[in-house]
Amino acid sequence: MKQVSIPSGTPLVPLYRELAGDYPKFFKMDTLSRLGFLLTEMLVGEEPDRFIPRQDRAVLVFSREGCVANDRHYVASMVDFPSPGLFVYTLPNIVAGEIAIRNKYAGETSAYVLAHFDEDLIFTLARQAFQDAVTRSALVIWADCPSDSEWDARAWLLER
Amino acid sequence: MMRVNIIGTGLVTPLGNCPAEVFAAAREGRSALSLHEGFPEPFYASLLDRRAFGGGNLFHKVSVEASRAAIADAGIAPSAPDTGFILSTIKGNVEKIGSEDVSLAKSAADIAAELGVSTQPVVVSNACISGLAALVQGMRMIRAGIYKKVIVCGTEVQSPFIVTGFQSLKALSQKPCRPFDAHREGLNLGEAAAAVVLCHSERSEESQWELVSGAIRNDANHISGPSRTGEGSYKALQAVLPFVRKEDLAFVNVHGTATLYNDEMESIALQRAGLMEVPINSMKGTFGHTMGAAGILESILSMLALEEGIVLGTKGFENLGVSAPVSVSARERAVQGNAFIKLLSGFGGVNGALLFRKGGGL
Repeated sequence: MKQVSIPSGTPLVPLYRELAGDYPKFFKMDTLSRLGFLLTEMLVGEEPDRFIPRQDRAVLVFSREGCVANDRHYVASMVDFPSPGLFVYTLPNIVAGEIAIRNKYAGETSAYVLAHFDEDLIFTLARQAFQDAVTRSALVIWADCPSDSEWDARAWLLER
Repeated sequence: MMRVNIIGTGLVTPLGNCPAEVFAAAREGRSALSLHEGFPEPFYASLLDRRAFGGGNLFHKVSVEASRAAIADAGIAPSAPDTGFILSTIKGNVEKIGSEDVSLAKSAADIAAELGVSTQPVVVSNACISGLAALVQGMRMIRAGIYKKVIVCGTEVQSPFIVTGFQSLKALSQKPCRPFDAHREGLNLGEAAAAVVLCHSERSEESQWELVSGAIRNDANHISGPSRTGEGSYKALQAVLPFVRKEDLAFVNVHGTATLYNDEMESIALQRAGLMEVPINSMKGTFGHTMGAAGILESILSMLALEEGIVLGTKGFENLGVSAPVSVSARERAVQGNAFIKLLSGFGGVNGALLFRKGGGL
């Protein structure tokens, strides 16, 4: 099974330029979504027939902290003018949606919060997505991002 | 496929805490939607009476109360090693940001500990389809043999964080919301806790509700607006419809938030799925949008309605204001069949459909 990771604190914009470079929406994303986006580029960037719409790949995102880093940015904006652009990222599943849009994945997307990183539990939950007969593979992402400068970000491509 | 039954339900809502009482109130057309001040702009919402719960952590208290009611209704021991716990919520204790209580994982652990659950809790936070996604996850855990029983609790309490966010998106109506109506202007937020106990069952029992099939699909289109063609919602419906005969499908309880785009999108998805004649209803005019609780709250009320042989009315709806001619049930009406579909959609482009059936069948 292919596994990738992004070391905590890695400058993400240079990594974006190296891996993609053609997706300006990246700059609107919060750190959590940027991490998910880049992990996905690392995992499936070389796949043939990429960007052909498909339903058979799930995107399953796990973390401990959800989207708390962006939640704090939104709270800061509330003082003057609550920012709709920040508010839409105050959901732990938006990263899965960003990956689905980028890659044209119209299958299952889900987000889970766990007490700590637990590979067995993550894969136990992820494999259950295959109970959906349409799902043939799953991007499994652990992206725990307590702040914009520190994270634990890894991903796997799980096949049925 | 292994059967998954619903063997207990529990509610905490502004219309009462006993499912039968809440159902009776909804059936009478009551609603707790009212105007609330004290935020940047006044807003309509269906909020819990905070005085009734004393001080402290409202999110925790109502989650425990709803879960305990479901556990008592099911007559199970929550501490059994074959019993799991799933919490569905979008923002949990977000008003406690800056303290460790904001953590969704900690909220779930605290609730599970107070209930006496001995297994590792899981939080499903999948935007507005969280409750439905949590039910699907519980069903899968049972079918995978991980647990024999799963307590699934969906809870949302409102806060300046959520209210200002929806205000900033201009998604809130300044009046009681009007799902699918020509004059709809947006959604109202709501608070509730709703819990069920799911249980593995060897055989079909006439008297019990069963989770038959659920699917989650993404629009792959936009993070905060639904697909104009209802793509994900249609695909989710398409995935569960093979599991029900058309004559058995009594109604579809839709999301029906009363935003311009959501209701229009759902009407197109229903049309594409060939469900123009099937009665549909929305409960947002009764409870507001209870976010992480909606999938479970609205499913419980739908089960109670079908037990009476009816689909509940859609409070706030008068004249159809969507392009596909769906059969919105304005008022309560008698329906045929022993199954219904719960439909939800949310930010991040997620959509979900879940098929419920009572006893036997197929």
